Amino acid sequence: MKKVEAMTVSRALPRLDADNRSFWTGGKDGQLRLMQCQDCRTFIHPPRPVCRSCLSERVESVAVAGTGVVDTFTVNHQKWHKAMEVPYVIARVALDGAPGVFLTTNIVGCPVDSVDVGDRVRVKFEQQDDVFLPLFEKIG
Amino acid sequence: MAAAEAYITGVGQSAVGAGQTRHPLLLTLDATREALDEAGLTIAQIDGVSTYPGRAQGYLGFSPVGADELIDALGIRATWYAGGSEISSQLGAVVAAAAAVRAGLARHVLCFRTVYEAAALARPEEYPPLRRERVDGQAQWFAPFNATSPANWTAQYAMRHVKRYGLTREQLAQIALTARANAMLNPRALVRQPLTMDEYLAGRMISTPLCVYDCDRFTDASTVLIVSAGAALDEVRCQPVRIAAMAGTVERHSWDQAEWMASYPTGRDLWKRTDYRVEDVDTVQLYDGFSFFVLTWLEALGFCDVGSGGRFVEGGKRIARDGELPLNTFGGQIGAGRLHGFGFAHEAVVQLRGRAGERQIGGDPRVAVCTSGGGPLATALLLARD
Ligand SMILES: [Zn+2]
Repeated sequence: MKKVEAMTVSRALPRLDADNRSFWTGGKDGQLRLMQCQDCRTFIHPPRPVCRSCLSERVESVAVAGTGVVDTFTVNHQKWHKAMEVPYVIARVALDGAPGVFLTTNIVGCPVDSVDVGDRVRVKFEQQDDVFLPLFEKIG
Repeated sequence: MAAAEAYITGVGQSAVGAGQTRHPLLLTLDATREALDEAGLTIAQIDGVSTYPGRAQGYLGFSPVGADELIDALGIRATWYAGGSEISSQLGAVVAAAAAVRAGLARHVLCFRTVYEAAALARPEEYPPLRRERVDGQAQWFAPFNATSPANWTAQYAMRHVKRYGLTREQLAQIALTARANAMLNPRALVRQPLTMDEYLAGRMISTPLCVYDCDRFTDASTVLIVSAGAALDEVRCQPVRIAAMAGTVERHSWDQAEWMASYPTGRDLWKRTDYRVEDVDTVQLYDGFSFFVLTWLEALGFCDVGSGGRFVEGGKRIARDGELPLNTFGGQIGAGRLHGFGFAHEAVVQLRGRAGERQIGGDPRVAVCTSGGGPLATALLLARD
């Protein structure tokens, strides 16, 4: 099976705004950043200026470990547009230290058929323009 | 007939095809005419309009006709109307209409869903997709990872069933096989060739574990359901079907932050609002934009336990047209075309009236469940001829 090399992939990029900027640019400092309520410690993702657990407005961007576990995944085989290289792995990663938060992402740097539920993964940022995309690699 | 209740009276549908050239507003008119004709109503008696998701400016094929546009085009005098995407999926438009007639805001609400996805794809010069430099809103969490298709999102939920509960491809295949067999008996179905297990298993993978036969297909069509107030049934000629219960829930409007799909709480809620029980249901018309949704609906509605949907449909006999729980008797979206939610309510009404022709199920059906959505958005309706 073919290895997916992250840099060969064309990607749509997010429009940065006040809510999402710290998430999408944290990779500049090598940090995966999430919003967290400073009163009850709930992580809030997608980022919003209020806590969904306690309605506190003391919500701040904090760095998390950048590791996690593959909660589920799929191997995409369909070329949704002509420039697309397939197959590739789309996964939902449960983040360490941020209960309840999942990221949809790609698992890169390994054969597509080697990914499974429960795999330990670590973030690997890919910069495109002013955006640092959190992709993930298997650990070990 | 109870005055305070809501009923589905007329139902109608345009021609169903891929690459139609008839204007989408006229397809909507075709479906409207058929529904009015069946109900014995005239357009002058329609005083409400409800749709999902309204005119989709950025992607016209998905929804080319808005509620206000239809009101203007057909000269409807609306005392109430609604159209928008922030409701509990496609049949949420019927929930809104039922609430409106029960509140006395309208007597006969024309609910419609018009799709033009195949035509728009084929004629981009007429229906240009809106291109943005950057993505925002929900799309930003998926598009950068080339996870833009609902197939990818649904596949990940399906994969959890594979890993946790041992769902097999042979089990999942029964949804598509059943749909395609039923579509053979539906003269309006988009796909009218049978599908075998061997063909299914050899099907091209789209996003594991979903193959090409697990996906519905772009379709051009319009479906209309008229929702009437109990107090206005004396104006109607057809057999009314009561909306006996409705549910539409959202835990988190997200394809990746919710632990489970919205079908589960929606299915549970439905039975809290009725004296009918699971055992009373004669047929189910369950959303199959992707085959896997059907398994979640069967589990959510309590026909089987969570995780056992695959075993429930195994072999296909139970869900066949002559089985104990006939499923998607018109072919579902996989066989009949991507009518987008409204096809399930349309078929439930047709079956409960005994007017399904060659595909009519036996046993004088009186109670049906129909659903739409199942991902972050879900609606379930319990329909009864009582
Ligand atoms: Zn809080």
